[in-house]
Amino acid sequence: MTEAWQQAFARVPELLAAHVQLSFSALLLAMTLCLPLAIWAARAPKVAGVILGFASLVQTIPALALLALFYPILLGLSALLGGEISALGFLPALLALTLYALLPILRNAVTGLTGVAPAAKQAADGLGMTAVQKLRLVEAPLAAPTIMAGIRTAAVWTIGAATLSTTVGQASLGDLIFAGLQTQNWTLVLTGCFASAGLAVIVDTLLGLIERGIRDRRKLMAWGSAAVIGIGLAIALLPMLVVRDDVVVIGAKGFSEQFILARLIGSRLEDAGYEVRYQDGLGSAVVFQAVASGDIDIYVDYSGTIWTNQMKRTDTVPADDMVSEIAKWSASEHGVTMLGALGFENTYAFAVRPEDAASRRLKTLDDLARVSSDFAFGTDLEFLERPEWEMVKAAYPIRFKESRSFNATFMYPALSSGEVDVISAFSSDGRIAANGFVVLEDRKGAVPSYEAMILVSDDRSGDAKLINAIKPLVGAITVENMREANYKVDREADKRSPRQAARWLDEQIRNGKDQ
Amino acid sequence: MISTSSASGPAISLKKVRRSYGTVTAVDDLSLEIAAGSFVALVGLSGSGKSTLLKMINRLVDPTAGEVLIADDNVKAIDPHILRRRIGYVFQNIGLFPHMTISRNIAIGLELAGEKDGRAERVAELLELVELPQEMAGRMPHQLSGGQQQRVGVARALATRPGLMLMDEPFGALDPVTRDSLAGQYKALHEKLGLTTIIVTHDMAEALYLADRILVMEAGQIKADATPAELLSGSVGDEAEALVAIPRAQAAHLIALGNADGAKKT
Repeated sequence: MTEAWQQAFARVPELLAAHVQLSFSALLLAMTLCLPLAIWAARAPKVAGVILGFASLVQTIPALALLALFYPILLGLSALLGGEISALGFLPALLALTLYALLPILRNAVTGLTGVAPAAKQAADGLGMTAVQKLRLVEAPLAAPTIMAGIRTAAVWTIGAATLSTTVGQASLGDLIFAGLQTQNWTLVLTGCFASAGLAVIVDTLLGLIERGIRDRRKLMAWGSAAVIGIGLAIALLPMLVVRDDVVVIGAKGFSEQFILARLIGSRLEDAGYEVRYQDGLGSAVVFQAVASGDIDIYVDYSGTIWTNQMKRTDTVPADDMVSEIAKWSASEHGVTMLGALGFENTYAFAVRPEDAASRRLKTLDDLARVSSDFAFGTDLEFLERPEWEMVKAAYPIRFKESRSFNATFMYPALSSGEVDVISAFSSDGRIAANGFVVLEDRKGAVPSYEAMILVSDDRSGDAKLINAIKPLVGAITVENMREANYKVDREADKRSPRQAARWLDEQIRNGKDQ
Repeated sequence: MISTSSASGPAISLKKVRRSYGTVTAVDDLSLEIAAGSFVALVGLSGSGKSTLLKMINRLVDPTAGEVLIADDNVKAIDPHILRRRIGYVFQNIGLFPHMTISRNIAIGLELAGEKDGRAERVAELLELVELPQEMAGRMPHQLSGGQQQRVGVARALATRPGLMLMDEPFGALDPVTRDSLAGQYKALHEKLGLTTIIVTHDMAEALYLADRILVMEAGQIKADATPAELLSGSVGDEAEALVAIPRAQAAHLIALGNADGAKKT
């Protein structure tokens, strides 16, 4: 237990700094945008209606959706501008959070400015103040406490929503929460939650003190709190000054196997003297673009995923042909090097409970089709939208009673508890065997092959030292070892971290080589 | 530098001034000459156009037609904020800046004009002028009573030594005792500083007491233009007589009450 906490805490400083950098930048950008707009809006009620309407509309979009939306928008922009814009990581997170912070700042600033006592404004005019003097000497100071309250609300929202930026590949305290959720490591989840909540509470308190300081004209209180915030920011921004140009970024999708393989590759690179950073929790669609654009350097993907999602192929070819065709395609179309297959497959496997398999005589997907109208289907979050599902439906007359999507972690318990009757499991997942689930055979070969393979970005493919460090992993991982490693992370009791599982897997690889 | 009697109020001239808001005409082709150093009261019912007329002089309102001259200068030719810094303006809601000390409130006109030297001395002088204790300088507006706040309002208006004072119901929100003493003190200031003062009021008694010339407004026009003495003698006309009738009746009532009381005692 203590080791788990130590490991979780060890990641906090770096992620906290990234979290602060992101939230602060978004807040600063939102303030820069909002304050002039609010001054304009306070003088023109029609403008206020339009601007506040837009900000309110943005607020109705869930933060996660807003983040997801910026990926294709930036990708389109990047294509227009010759690929100079990174569609992943800091930029989409910054823009989405900035939009999200607009409403409270705008609304309060407009309220504050329009709420300045008419007598004070009349006096300002009567005394011969220019518009700028009136704003500086009268309106701004009188509206300041209200404006500050808006900034405070925005700060708390932004810090909270910043945890979601993990999904677009921006490091934040959300990394802990998402990784913990995937691997059922509640220590990690709690650490992420407490750290982000703690940050929000501290910032809220300090901004609250500034607000009170302004309201009660207690300069010491206002400036003192501002100074504390300034020191905190300086500490968080310090790492940005340290140039780390030779960090290898290893990407991973949002499940345990990906975390483990990323750590395995990372440890080999660290042994070779590289500094390594992980970008976990990237979506399937996002991750290939990320390696193509050089936002990440290395990651592991599965042949069928590239085949269907990226190459848009719906035909099935033998596994080896598929891998070599992917290698050709990725190199010519995107400059991405396919280094080789790791040696195991992680395909979609339709799994049922052993009792059902026995009582309803289920062995193949044809059998499943027969009973499908009685069955509830549980999938991960993306399967129902993937072409593989269309391919399965085209090959087998499957029509389920209902379909439900789960976080992959909860899909297995949902099957064992009877909430659903069949799931789209991953064939390399240790929880299939551990639960005794029965995998139904795909005799028509509807689901393409899913060989795990290492993809390397254009920037790194010429680095012989790097390639040599990870090349030995090609063909070195058996599906049994992968399942075992996955299960070490995914199981309920005696859990291991992805790094520990990667270490175990590495030992198996080295022992295998020795024998 | 330190002098309170150097200011000499300008003459004001309004030529066929009109101000319309849509179809409503607040001030209707009005012409008026105000002599330098006079104390003029604009009286009339709400909506008679007296405030609009006052605000056209410092361009808080611009006329739809006609011209306003201050000492032969057409106000249209002067930047509004420059113009207003030369004119004292006091109004019913006072409008002290709640986030500034009394001292900074009083000196704000000097701050706007960029005058850096002698601000503290000027504030002290002005506090004395409006009969406020010096320790008020460091207080905030909300710590002062209504009457004290309006004294500060007057001091603030006088800070830049304007020759012309425009007062829009300046004592309207004060209790009768404060109002009476402040009005009296202001009248003394007006004379001491040689100001031109135009005051808007709907209190005829106040107008009779303060002004040397009373203009009765109705529907955007001047219905009567007379000295207090002429008004009281009843020689000016029916509109004016109706306005004077109220304070006269009140005064008569008070005298009658006093007599009756006196009769009982004897």
